[in-house]
Amino acid sequence: MSEALRQNKYLQFALLLVVFVLLCMLITPTESNWFWRLPPLIQQLPFIINDSVDYLMFEWWPIEVYDPEIEDYEEKPLVREITRSTSGLILFMIEFVREILLGGVKTIVTFMGWDWATENKWARWPALPWTVVAGGAAILGYALGGWRLSLFVGATFVYIAVFGQWEPSMETLSFVLVAAPAAVLLGLLFGVWAFRNRTVEAILNPILNIMQIVPHFSYLIPVMVFFGIGDHAGAIATIIFATPPMVRLTLLGLKQVPPEVGEAGLMSGCNSWQLLVRVLLPTARRDILIGVNQVIMSCLAMVVIASLIGAKGLGNDLLIALNRLRIGLALEIGVCIVLIAIMLDRLSLAWANKQTDYFADLSFVQRNKYSLMFGGVFVAGIVLAWIGSFIFREGFNYLYLIPHNKGITTENFWQAGVDWIWDTFFYTLKGFNEWLIVEVLVPVKTAYLAMPVAATFVLAMGIGFIIGGIRSALIIGGLLLFIALTEWWDRALITAYLVTVSVVISTFLGVVVGTICAQHPVSSRFILTVCDTFQTFPSFIYLIPVMMLFGVTDTSVLIAIVIYATVPATRYTVEGLLSVPPSLHEAGSMSGVNRLQRWLFIELPMSFPHMALGVNQTVVFALSMVIIGAMIGTDDLGQLILGALSEKNGVGNGLTLGICVAFIGLAIDQVLRTWANQRKSQLGLA
Amino acid sequence: MVALGTGGYNQNNDMTAEAEITTAQQPVIRCESVYKIFGDNAESMLEEADGVVDADKFHQAGCIVGVNDASFEVHQGELLIIMGLSGSGKSTLLRCISRLTDATAGKIFIEGDDILQMNSKQLIELRRSKMGMVFQSFALLPHKTVLENIAFPLQVKGVSTRDSIQRAKEMVDLVSLSGRENYFPRQLSGGQQQRVGIARSLAIEPDIWFLDEPFSALDPLIRKEMQDEFLRLQDVLGKTILFVTHDFDEALRLADRIAIMKDGVIEQLDTPANIVLNPATEYVRKFTEEVPREKVLKIKSVMDPFDPAEDFSDFRVPQDAIIETVAESVLNAGKPVRVVDDAGEVVGALHASHIVHVLFGGHADHAAEKSS
Repeated sequence: MSEALRQNKYLQFALLLVVFVLLCMLITPTESNWFWRLPPLIQQLPFIINDSVDYLMFEWWPIEVYDPEIEDYEEKPLVREITRSTSGLILFMIEFVREILLGGVKTIVTFMGWDWATENKWARWPALPWTVVAGGAAILGYALGGWRLSLFVGATFVYIAVFGQWEPSMETLSFVLVAAPAAVLLGLLFGVWAFRNRTVEAILNPILNIMQIVPHFSYLIPVMVFFGIGDHAGAIATIIFATPPMVRLTLLGLKQVPPEVGEAGLMSGCNSWQLLVRVLLPTARRDILIGVNQVIMSCLAMVVIASLIGAKGLGNDLLIALNRLRIGLALEIGVCIVLIAIMLDRLSLAWANKQTDYFADLSFVQRNKYSLMFGGVFVAGIVLAWIGSFIFREGFNYLYLIPHNKGITTENFWQAGVDWIWDTFFYTLKGFNEWLIVEVLVPVKTAYLAMPVAATFVLAMGIGFIIGGIRSALIIGGLLLFIALTEWWDRALITAYLVTVSVVISTFLGVVVGTICAQHPVSSRFILTVCDTFQTFPSFIYLIPVMMLFGVTDTSVLIAIVIYATVPATRYTVEGLLSVPPSLHEAGSMSGVNRLQRWLFIELPMSFPHMALGVNQTVVFALSMVIIGAMIGTDDLGQLILGALSEKNGVGNGLTLGICVAFIGLAIDQVLRTWANQRKSQLGLA
Repeated sequence: MVALGTGGYNQNNDMTAEAEITTAQQPVIRCESVYKIFGDNAESMLEEADGVVDADKFHQAGCIVGVNDASFEVHQGELLIIMGLSGSGKSTLLRCISRLTDATAGKIFIEGDDILQMNSKQLIELRRSKMGMVFQSFALLPHKTVLENIAFPLQVKGVSTRDSIQRAKEMVDLVSLSGRENYFPRQLSGGQQQRVGIARSLAIEPDIWFLDEPFSALDPLIRKEMQDEFLRLQDVLGKTILFVTHDFDEALRLADRIAIMKDGVIEQLDTPANIVLNPATEYVRKFTEEVPREKVLKIKSVMDPFDPAEDFSDFRVPQDAIIETVAESVLNAGKPVRVVDDAGEVVGALHASHIVHVLFGGHADHAAEKSS
C-alpha cells in the first residue's frame, strides 16, 4: 500500500482530498477555534509600515541642503530629497514634451520662476496646431517605414483630433514618451549589468520573478507614498511596472548571442563598449525589440491605473466615462489608447530596422528631404490655423486645436445600441445574470468561505508537497501563513474564489479555442494575431462591452476577467501545440493514429508543460484584474486596495493588501512552474 | 611541360617556409609550454602537477584539460594547421593564441611580445592592427549588410565611414561577392557568408590570420571550392596562418605543417609528407593509414640519386611537385625522368617503378597485412 502510494501521484491526490474533506467537516466554525481561522497576529503590520515609512521619509539620514529661498543650508531627510528630485526631473520632462505638443508656461517657469512668467505675459510657449503634429508624425512614419506606416500614423492623429480627444491624448502621449524610453533604458541597463555580472543576475532573478507576478496596481501605493500624486507618480509606477520584462528580455537576448559572434567582435578589435553597443545588443535585438514592444504595451495598459494616482490624460477620462456609464464615449477613448499603442509600437519597430544606403550620391534636398518636408508641413499648418482664425471667428478654431469633447462623436449611436440590446434582451440577460450569480457564483463563494484555515493549508501544502516536494510545500505554507495572519483572510478567500472561477473558465475556453485554431496554420496565425491585439488593449477596455450588457454586477467583473485572462491560455495552447516537432506527427501518423488519438496521446502530453505556463499567466492576468473589478464593486482585497489609495494613512494597509494579492499569485506560480519544469525536463524540452 | 608541375608547386610553397626556419629570423608566433585547464581550482592543481598534467586525474578533480603543454613556433608566411577531432583542444589552443581565452600557464609570443602580459588596451591595438579571424559559424553581425560587416573592423578602429566602405568594396571584389554588397547575411548561402567572414577578417590587412574550422559548416562541394579560393588568396597575400580543422584531407591539402592534437596534447607537428611517412604515435598512424600517399608525397621523397649514365626522357619534374599531379606523365614517359629544384638544377632521378609502388604497392602491402 505505502509503496503504491509513493509511486502513484493520483493516489496521493485522492488521499489528500479525503483528508481535506474530513478536516472541513470536523472543524467547527467558531471565532476562538484556531483551526477555523488564525488570529490576526500581524494586525499591527500596517501601522508598523506606516511608522517606518514616515521615519524613512521625514527623519532618516538628514543631509544639508542649500535652500535658495532662505539663502541658507537646511537639514532635510535624504530619502525625501532623492524622491523629490526624481519627481521633479520626471515631471519636468513630461511637462516639456507636453508643452511642445499642447503649449503652456511651466517649462519657462522652471527656468525663469513664476514671478518672471507672470510679469511677462508673452513668454508662453504656443501649442503646435494639431495639423502640424499629425503631419510631422506622418513624415516620421514615412521616414522610418514608408508610406503605409505614414498613412497609419497620420490617420491615428486625425482620428484623435476629429473625435475631440486631442488634449487628453497628447497628455497621455507625453506621459508615455517619457515613461517608455525610461523603462527601456533602465531595462537595458539592468539587463546588461546582469549579463556582465553573475552576482547581479542571481540577485535580480528572483526579484524579476516576483515583479512579474505581482499585479500592476500593487506599485501604486508605495509610489504614491514616496513620490506623491501626479503625472510623475503615474510615470514612475508605469516605469516600475514596465521595466522587468525589458530586463528579462535583454538578458535573454544577450545570452542567446552565439559566442562566436562575440569573439568575432573582439577579434575585430572592439573595446568593451563597442562590443556591447555595436555587436552584442544589435545581435540580440530580436528579443530586445520584443521587450520594447512589451514596454510600450505595458505603458498604455497602465494609463488608467496611473490615473488613480493623478496621471492626466485619456486614462482619467476613460475612468470618468465608465463611472458615468457613458459607453460610447468610453469606446472612443479606448480606441484612442489602442491606436496610440499600436502606432508607437510600429514606429519603434521600424526605427530599429532602418537601413543606411552608402552608395547614394545625394543632393542637399534629398539628404534633408524629411526636415524640408516637416518645414513645409509646419508652415502650412500655421497658415491653416491662421486662416482658421478667420473662418471660425466665433467659438473654436478647429484648424488650430480641437477642444476636448468638441469633435464629432458616435456616442449616441453606441448608446442607442446599448439601449436596443437592453430593450430586446433584457429578460434573457437578466435571467442569465441571475442564474450565474445564484446558481454558480454564490455557492462557490460560500464554499470557499466555509473552508477552515487548517483544511486550506493541508490542501495547498499537500499539493505543493506532491508536486514539488518539501521545499514547495514550505514556500506555499509560508506565503499563505502571511495572509492568514492578517485580518483579511476572508477577503483573500473571496479574491481566490473570483480568480479560481475565472481561471477555470478561461483555461477551458483557451484550451478549446487554442486547440481548434492550432489545427491549421492559417487559423493559428490568425488567433495569435487576435491574442496580440487583445493583449494590446488595456485590461479595463473589456469592462466597456461587458458593462453594456450586465451593468454593475459580479457577472460583469467575472466576464471581464475571463475575456482578459483567456488570452494567455489560448496563446500558450496554440504555441504549445505548434511546438510539437513535425517528426513526432509523422511518427504518429505512421503508427496509425487518428486525429483525436494524435491530439490526446501526442500533442496534449507534449504541450502540457507549455500550457501550464499559460495557466500561470492566466492567474497573473486574473489577479491583475482584481483592482479593475473593484472599480465596478466587489468585496475582496481589490476593493480594500482601492480604498487604501484614497486614505491618508493607507500606505500600511495598501502595501499589506498588495503583498497578500501577490502571495496568492506566488503560491499558485510555485506549484505550476515547478510542475511545468519537471515535465519539461522529463520530456527533454528544457 | 613544366607547367604541369606548377600547380603542385604553388600549393606547397613550404620551400620558403623551410628556408626561413633555418635562418635565425624571429618566429611570428611562439608558444612555450602553454596550458589551458578549465575548472575552478585549475591554477593551483597545475602548480602542484609541476608541468606533468594527467588528464584523467584532473578530470576527477573537476577540471577539464583543454591544452596540455603546447610548444611550437610559426614562421613568417607559414600555414600551420592544427588538426584534431572534436574535444582535442585545437580550438582552445587557437583561442589561447588570439587570447580570446586566457591560457592557464605558459608563454605566448606574437612577434616577440608576450601577449599574456598585455593589458586590454594593448590587446585591442594588436587585434586592430595585426590579427584577423574566421569562424566556423561565420559569426557575421545579423543587423549589418555584407558591406557593413566587412567594414566593421575598420569602423571600430575609427576609420571614417567613407574610407572603410571604400575598402570594404575592394574586399568584396577580392572574395568575388560583387553585386551582393547590400545583402544581409541571412540572404546569403553558407559559402557566401563565409566569404564575407573571410573578407572581414582581412579588411585590416592583418599579418596573422586565424581560421577556426572555416569550411566545416559547408557542403563538400562548396568546401572544395572554398579551399581552392583560400589557396588562391594565400598565394596572393602570403599571411602567417593558424588554421584549425578536424578534416585530415583538408589539412594535407592546405598545410605547410600540421600539428595533430589529441586530448590537448600535440601528438606530432611536421610536414604533411613526414606525418604520412613517419607517424610519431599510434594515434597519428591511424589517421594516416587511409591517406592516398600520392596525394601527399612530393617527388623529392621518392626520387633516387641522379646517375648521368642512365637514359632519361626529356621530361623534367620539380622536386616539390605532388606525386599525383605528375604521375601520369612520368609513367607515360617510358624512361626515367630528371628531377629538378627551383633553380632548374637536376637533383635526382625518378623511376616509374617507384611511382607504381606509391600508387598501388603501399595499399597492397597494407591489405596483405590486414588479412594475415
